[in-house]
Amino acid sequence: MKSPIPSRRANPGARRVRAVGWIHLTGLALLTSVVLGLFALTPASAAPAPAPAAPAAPAPASPTFCFATAETACVGGTLRLSASETVGGVDITITAPDGTEETVTTADTGAFNLPVEEEGDYGVVIDEETLPDGVAPTESELTVPVVLGENAIANFQFEREATGADGFSWDQFAQQAASGIRLGLLLAMASIGLSLIYGTTGLSNLAHAELVTMGGMVAFFFSGAAGLGLPLTLGILLTTLVCAAYGWAQDRVLWQPLRRRGLGIIQMMIVTIGLSLAMQYTFQYFVGAGQVRITTSSPETVDIGPVTLTQFSFVAMGISIVVVAGVGYMLLRTRIGRATRAVADNPSLAAASGIDVDKVIRLVWTLAAGLAGLSGVLYALVTNGVKWDTGLQILLLLFAAVTLGGLGTAFGAVVGSMVIGLVVELTNIWLPGDFKYATALLILILILLVRPQGLLGRAERVG
Amino acid sequence: MGDILYTMLQDAISPLTAAYVIAAIGLNIHFGFTGLLNMGQAGFMLMGAYGFAISTVEGAPLWLAVLIALGAVTVFALLLGVPTLKLRGDYLAIVTISAAEIVRFVGRNSLLTEVTGGSGGIPGNDYRSSFTDLSPFGDGRTQIGPFDYLNSNWWLHLVAWAVVFACLGLVALLVRSPWGRLLRGVREDEDAMRSLGKNVYAVKMQALVLGGLFGAVGGIIYVLPSSVQPDGMGRQLTFFIWTALLLGGAAAIFGPLLGSILFFAARALVQTGADTFVPSSIMSSAQTEQFAWIVVGIALMLLVIFRPQGVIGNKRELRFNA
Amino acid sequence: MPEQTDLGQEPQSGAEAAASPTGPDRAHVDTAAVEANPLADPTERKRLMGTVDTTPGVAKPDAVLKVDNVRRDFGGITAVNVDHLEVQRGIITALIGPNGAGKTTFFNLITGFDKPSSGRDAKWSFDGRSLGRTNASAVAKAGMVRTFQLTKSLSRMTVMDNMLLGAPQQPGERLALSLLRPLWSKREGEIRGKAEELLARFKLLEKKDDYAGSLSGGQRKLLEMARALMSDPRMIMLDEPMAGVNPALTQSLLGHIQTLRDEGTTVLFVEHDMHMVRHISDWVVVMAEGKVVAEGPADTVMADKAVIDAYLGAHHDTDLGDDALLEDDSVVAELEAEAEAAEAAEKEKEGQR
Repeated sequence: MKSPIPSRRANPGARRVRAVGWIHLTGLALLTSVVLGLFALTPASAAPAPAPAAPAAPAPASPTFCFATAETACVGGTLRLSASETVGGVDITITAPDGTEETVTTADTGAFNLPVEEEGDYGVVIDEETLPDGVAPTESELTVPVVLGENAIANFQFEREATGADGFSWDQFAQQAASGIRLGLLLAMASIGLSLIYGTTGLSNLAHAELVTMGGMVAFFFSGAAGLGLPLTLGILLTTLVCAAYGWAQDRVLWQPLRRRGLGIIQMMIVTIGLSLAMQYTFQYFVGAGQVRITTSSPETVDIGPVTLTQFSFVAMGISIVVVAGVGYMLLRTRIGRATRAVADNPSLAAASGIDVDKVIRLVWTLAAGLAGLSGVLYALVTNGVKWDTGLQILLLLFAAVTLGGLGTAFGAVVGSMVIGLVVELTNIWLPGDFKYATALLILILILLVRPQGLLGRAERVG
Repeated sequence: MGDILYTMLQDAISPLTAAYVIAAIGLNIHFGFTGLLNMGQAGFMLMGAYGFAISTVEGAPLWLAVLIALGAVTVFALLLGVPTLKLRGDYLAIVTISAAEIVRFVGRNSLLTEVTGGSGGIPGNDYRSSFTDLSPFGDGRTQIGPFDYLNSNWWLHLVAWAVVFACLGLVALLVRSPWGRLLRGVREDEDAMRSLGKNVYAVKMQALVLGGLFGAVGGIIYVLPSSVQPDGMGRQLTFFIWTALLLGGAAAIFGPLLGSILFFAARALVQTGADTFVPSSIMSSAQTEQFAWIVVGIALMLLVIFRPQGVIGNKRELRFNA
Repeated sequence: MPEQTDLGQEPQSGAEAAASPTGPDRAHVDTAAVEANPLADPTERKRLMGTVDTTPGVAKPDAVLKVDNVRRDFGGITAVNVDHLEVQRGIITALIGPNGAGKTTFFNLITGFDKPSSGRDAKWSFDGRSLGRTNASAVAKAGMVRTFQLTKSLSRMTVMDNMLLGAPQQPGERLALSLLRPLWSKREGEIRGKAEELLARFKLLEKKDDYAGSLSGGQRKLLEMARALMSDPRMIMLDEPMAGVNPALTQSLLGHIQTLRDEGTTVLFVEHDMHMVRHISDWVVVMAEGKVVAEGPADTVMADKAVIDAYLGAHHDTDLGDDALLEDDSVVAELEAEAEAAEAAEKEKEGQR
């Protein structure tokens, strides 16, 4: 009995596997870089390309009318509390890359503008003292990239601070509930994939939210003003495809070889952490630390009763519903979908009954990354855009949703996402800003205490 | 070249590195010895830093401020441990990674600006004096070797590394005791430990709290030279600690020490190297820093896949999936 | 894969048969042991159990374990449904039954590794002490220690560390005292001595500094049993102690189990191998479809037509008791493969938990 702990490394093919692994990893890093590098390089080369033909119509009666020429650019924006409510008289400080500061005050229309002559990242800070009471920006500081000949828009978003119980109104409730449904639907698309990956491979993918960020970033490359400028619809489609391809490649070059090596689940989880770190800084490397907005125009809004949402929000919700329903149909009715559920249920049994488990997992990664990417584009479009660390916040919501619904169950993930989306947005009525994420954590902890298998999960047989 | 070497050395002995080592020692108790997946060590650090800084600002003496920090982290650890430690390991990972972010979000929230300083954090001058006042070195500067620092800075260096070695000694005693044996038993097989009459839940909870306390101490030392910056103590920090730990070797007593020093030195090497040798038209200075972090991320992946035992770990003990 | 069963057949050949030519109770009569423990004498055991009725759930003269209303459902399937069962103190009781009869689940339930679906109705007591609704470690502390069908050795720890963990009452396991070596070094010395003694008995002493993961399957079974004995349990529950064990080792395993009984430990074990059951058990409990369907001395039970029917099912006319089966390498390999598959399945379940 001299044989040591059975080690896969002892087998003769190990060296080859190792070399292949290196290539794969390097390949993955390159892949990430190339995808991102493509659009990062574009702004430079595309700079002479026609800037938006006419500068975005400046707000009428703006005190600091600004017109971008070949040598100048404008940093500006409009402070809006809602579609119809703008805020004037607010001081805004704009810091140039060389550190010089300039303060402007918004007009009654909420608009502010500053002509600048240097390219680079500008810091835009709102002076909260000058805001009306009970209103706070979700972020008081934005970074906008400035390209000469274009308008750089700093879009602040606001939320009303808690003003105690009397601050509650059913109108506000309806508004927040609508935002909640919107968030829930977007989360659902990403969390289905997370749950399916868990179900089929047992892996908690801590880099999943980076796929969402990536969706926003890739769409920025395809359809953003500083990118290729493709029509938005085409951009969304291409982004989904690129992300799906990235998911496919991730499984091909990273996860499948690791599964073959017999790498433990814990080990793989740490690998996802390394991947998420590398992806985050790759985003930052190419795009910078600022917010990335795919469209910079002020969105059209639609009022339905007390609810005001942008037109695009409705489109996004429509897309989400169709996609989620489509995935549901696929899982329930198609051959490959049933195979996927079988693998999630019991991989060894599925393999024994002739299902190609590797193929199913490959499909799951592709689908999951595509869905996460699509969710990322839509998320970037309905909110204030994406940043390199957007995934940080989304990851918590995704895990809360997936755990709530039951780890590994696709439909549970949808239900969980809707609940989390609603709860998170409704929390905003009473608690400001990032406290909503604390609510998500609280729900997660409560669920683990009361029903760790989640709403739709089932208690598993032990031993 | 001399510059690179100087920067590497400077990074290697800085109190910041010492803070990493201590936090990594805590993580080693969690992961290396007990197998707990704490993905929020930065949250424990931030919690400790807040506890220390806020209570000092409110007028607590040094010892009390440290005690308050440790108390806050204990409560935090219990809060996270109670719902998760009876469940499969990745629940702890999910909850800790989330909770660490929540601590940061809440800390930087504008509602709490008066207490936590909001997103600006708490400047070091508000709380540092109770520590620097204890310095026996007086004012002025001293040069030792190539380094010329203020005496208060040397005091910080000294204390930070003294704490590191005290922590290492403590861990060495702990893990070689029967209690340390329990930890490793839990890491190997919880059911086997239950069948032998051990209270697995209690052991895991003790490990979680204890490792978190090391995190808190690391957090305090982390903020002493600078300021409490919630955004500087986010998920990245956790991941760097993980990388440092795995680099040195988990479940090895000196793994965190070696790993952290190597980590900082290597990162300084990559960054200053890229700064020096890659023309800035290809990589701006901000990009070299990001490049260094990308390398860290990929290094973490490669380490876990190809050398899970790190530099000095015991290869057989550190196979993850025995 | 046929089940490893052998009903009513005397062993014809093989090492086991050679060592114990004529059946269950001839082996192991140790007069010294008999003086210390009357139940070490086979005739005494026979006399004692001879008075007991052979109906399922019958009361025992001196029951150490009493179980009532333990039911466990998985989804719509009832895996275990035991109305009443008693286990006699000081003898070896075998728990047999076809695959899926719920034996292991029953083990898990009474050792606290699983919770009965019958909730408050489920009651069981060990040595007069109620054990329902307690957890696995409390059960072990009460003196009822189990082993696992798929060995749970602590692979990345040494054999000695494995053993030391089996010992109770080591004050150094308390965090507060662990730093003060003088407070626990004496006890550490005691348990180390005891561990060495047990390892020597189980022929593992020269492996004491090896990692447990480097042992063979059979050695791990031995290690697990030795580890369980570190706490001097009053009752030991062995879940398929022979599964996946090299036939060469079975003989010494059997010997160890009998020695345990002779030293006064109650043994309850789950086993598929009918040779072993006939060979060493003083009482046999048969489970089928979650229920106790028969009990009695091995000969009586195995001759019971109803048991054979329930037990053998489709394999009725196959002679499964052929010893050649056990000695054929391909069969052993197949067995091991099966054990590995089961282990994979187990891991699967763990993952889902």
